Amino acid sequence: MSTHAWLLLGAFLAVVLVAARPLGLYIAYLMEGRLRIGRPLENVMYRLAGVRPDEEMGWLRYALAILLFNALGVLSVYALQRLQLVLPFNPQQMPAVTPDSAFNTAVSFVTNTNWQGYGGESTLGYLVQMLGLTVQNFLSAATGIVVVIALVRGLARHSAATVGNAWVDLTRATLYLLLPLSFLIAIVLAGQGVIQNLDPYREVTTLEVTRYEAPRLDAAGQPLTDDKGAVLTGPAQTAVQTLAMGPVASQEAIKMLGTNGGGFFNANSAHPYENPTPLSNFVQMLAIFLIPAALCVSFGRMVGDGRQGWAVLAAMTLMFVVAAGAVMSFEQQGNPRLAALGVDQLGGPLQSGGNLEGKEARFGSADSALFAAVTTAASCGAVNAMHDSFTPLGGLVPLVNMQLGEVIFGGVGTGLYGMLVFAILAVFISGLMIGRTPEYLGKKIEAHEMKMSAIAILVTPLLVLLGTAIAVMSEAGRAGIANPGAHGFSEILYALTSAANNNGSAFAGLSANTPFYNVLLALAMWFGRFGVIVPVLAMAGALAAKKRLPAGAGTLPTHGPLFVTLLIGTVLLVGLLNYVPALALGPIVEHLVLWLGA
Amino acid sequence: MKSLLRPALSVFVLLSAITGLAYPLAVTGLAGAVFPEQAAGSLIFKDGKPVGSRLIGQPFSDPGHFWGRPSATAPQPYNAAASSGSNQGPLNPALEDAVKGRIAALRAADPGNGAPIPADLVTASGSGLDPHISPAAALWQLGRVARNRGLPEAQVRALVDANTEGRQWGFLGETRVNVLALNLALDALKR
Repeated sequence: MSTHAWLLLGAFLAVVLVAARPLGLYIAYLMEGRLRIGRPLENVMYRLAGVRPDEEMGWLRYALAILLFNALGVLSVYALQRLQLVLPFNPQQMPAVTPDSAFNTAVSFVTNTNWQGYGGESTLGYLVQMLGLTVQNFLSAATGIVVVIALVRGLARHSAATVGNAWVDLTRATLYLLLPLSFLIAIVLAGQGVIQNLDPYREVTTLEVTRYEAPRLDAAGQPLTDDKGAVLTGPAQTAVQTLAMGPVASQEAIKMLGTNGGGFFNANSAHPYENPTPLSNFVQMLAIFLIPAALCVSFGRMVGDGRQGWAVLAAMTLMFVVAAGAVMSFEQQGNPRLAALGVDQLGGPLQSGGNLEGKEARFGSADSALFAAVTTAASCGAVNAMHDSFTPLGGLVPLVNMQLGEVIFGGVGTGLYGMLVFAILAVFISGLMIGRTPEYLGKKIEAHEMKMSAIAILVTPLLVLLGTAIAVMSEAGRAGIANPGAHGFSEILYALTSAANNNGSAFAGLSANTPFYNVLLALAMWFGRFGVIVPVLAMAGALAAKKRLPAGAGTLPTHGPLFVTLLIGTVLLVGLLNYVPALALGPIVEHLVLWLGA
Repeated sequence: MKSLLRPALSVFVLLSAITGLAYPLAVTGLAGAVFPEQAAGSLIFKDGKPVGSRLIGQPFSDPGHFWGRPSATAPQPYNAAASSGSNQGPLNPALEDAVKGRIAALRAADPGNGAPIPADLVTASGSGLDPHISPAAALWQLGRVARNRGLPEAQVRALVDANTEGRQWGFLGETRVNVLALNLALDALKR
C-alpha cells in the first residue's frame, strides 16, 4: 500500500469517527421524540394520515405496518416505470420498462438493494428517477433505521408490550434526518460538478469525427442478425456526442446517505456527472458510513451505556481496516498479464499505477479500492470502478464484506441490527462455554431469541448458495456469464451475494436483465430483506417484554476488548463456514491461475 | 390490517411528494441558482456552440491530438448517453487482446518511442467517459503531438502543465490531465 493510500484511509476513518458521536446523539434525541421544533409539521402529517402519534405498536403490528408500507413502494415504482411514457418529466420519451425488469427494479429499490439490471440513462425518465427511485432511496433507508430503533427499544425497555409507532418513526427518520442531510450533500456535490437539471439530453459537436462499427437496423429499427443470431454491423461515423442530463445531485446524495447505491447512470459513481472530482468521491464515501457509524452511538445512548455502542463500532472499524487495506494492496499490485505485455503499472507521482481496467483516472487505484471496500462493507453498492475487472483477491474482499452479512457498518439500520443479532449469538456461544444462561444488556437470551437470531443469520446464506446453485445449473443462468473460467462463476456468486444481502453492486459483466435473473434476484432481495426484518422485530418484541436483570459476577461484560474480539470471531466464523467452498471455486482459483499460470 | 391501510397510504403519499418532488425540485432550483454552470453539465462553448463538457471525455485518434483512455461504451466509444466499462476480468483473453491492439495503435502512431506505455492509456475506464489521463500518459504522447503539429516540445509541455490538476486538498484522488481541455488549447494555437 502506498503512503497516499494510508493517508486516505486514515483521513476517511478519522472524519467518520469524529462525526459519529454528534450525529448519533442527534438521532437518539430525534427518535426518542424530543425534537420539539419538528412537531408542527409532523402533526399536520399525522392528522392527514389518521395517525395517533402517542399510540404505540406491538412488534407484530409494527412489522405489518413496515411490510405494508414497503409493498406500496413496490407497486408505486413498478407502476411509474410501466407508465412513464404517458407521464410528465420524460423529455427523452423513454418507453415503458419491460415487466420483469420493472418488477426487479421495484423490489431492488424498496429493499435498499438498488441492484440495477438496466442502464439508467437509456431506460428511465426523470419522473421515475425522482418520484420512484429517489423516494425509495429515502423510504428504504428510513425503514432500516426504524427497525433498528425498534430493536434498540426492545433492549432498552423492560416489561413493555410495545416497540414504538412505525408511522411516527418513519416520518421522523425521513423528514428530520435523511432530508436535511441529503439536501446539504446534494448542494455540495452540485458545487463539485454533479449535474442537476430537467433538460433534454444535450448534443455537442466533438473535436474529431469518430468512426466505429454500428449495428445495422431493419426498416422497423430492430438490429439485423445473421443466421447464427449474431448482430450484423457496418461502418458508421459521427461528430456528435449526446450528453445524458437529469436531476442527478438530489438522487446522488440520498443514494449514498441511505446506503442505497443505485446510480442515476449506468456507470454509477464512476460516471463523471455523478462523481466528478476526488472531493465528491470522498464526500460520497463519508455519506455511506455516516449514519451506520452514528447509529452505534445512538444505540449506546438509548440503552443508557455509551460503551456498548463504541464496542460495536470498534468491532466494525477493525474489520473494515483489514478489508480496506487488503483491497487497496491487491489493486495497487496491478495485473501480471498486462505487465507481461510491457505495460507500465508502477505507481508514482506521475501516475496512480495498479490495475486500472474499469477505473477512472481521477480516482486511480487507491481511491477506487477504498470506495469498493466502503460500498461493500456498508450495504451501499454504489461503485466508482468496475468490480468485475478487479484483481481476483481485490474482488474477493468486496464479496466477503457482503457475505459476512453486511454488518461491517452495513446498511443504515440494517448494519447495526445485523451486528446486534451477532452480539446475541456471541453471548450465547460464550454462555455455552462457561455453562451459564446468556444475557445481553440485562436481558436473558432464551430459546425464542436464539431461534429468531438463527433465522436472521441463516436466511441470507441460504438464499445466496441456493440461488447460485440454481443459476449455475440452469441454461438461463449460465447464459448471462461474460467472462470465461472461474471468473464466470464469481459473477453469478457475486450477483446472488449482492442481492440477498441487499448490497446492489455487481460484477456487472453478467447479463442480468433477463426474465430469469430479474425474477431470481428479486426474490433473493425481498426475502434477504424482510426474512431478516421480521425475526429482528419479533426479537425486539420479546426483549421488550423481558425483565431487566442486574449484572452479576457471572455476567459477560459486553463493552470491553474481550467482547469485541468475541464479536468479530463470531461474525468471521459464521461467514467463513458458509462461504469458503464457494469462494474457493471462484476468486481463489482465479488468483492461483493469474499468478502461478495455467 | 385494515386499520393500517389508511396511515400506510397517506404516509406513503405525503413522504413521496416531499422526497420525490419537493426535494429534487428544490435542489434543482438552488443548484441552478448557486452553481448554474455545474448544474447544466460544465459545458465548454466555442463561438457560442457547445463543443463538449469539461467532465466528459471525447474520442481522439488524430496523432496531432492527445489521446484519452480507451472507452468500452457501445456502439461508439465515449457514448455519453450509455456509459459503461468493459467489465473484463483480469484473466479474460479478450482483455489481453484489446490491450495488445491498443499498444499496437499507440506504437504505430509513434514508432520511435520505446518507453513502456502507462497503464491508463491501454485500459478502458469505468464509465467509458473518463475525461482525464495521468501526467505520465500525457508525457508519453508529448513527442508525437509536438512532431505532428510542428511545435517545440517545450511549448506543448507547457500546455500539458496548464491543464494538469494535482491531488485535491493534497491527498484526494490522483494528479490528472484533462484531455479535451488540453486538445482545445492545442487547437487554439496557430498551426
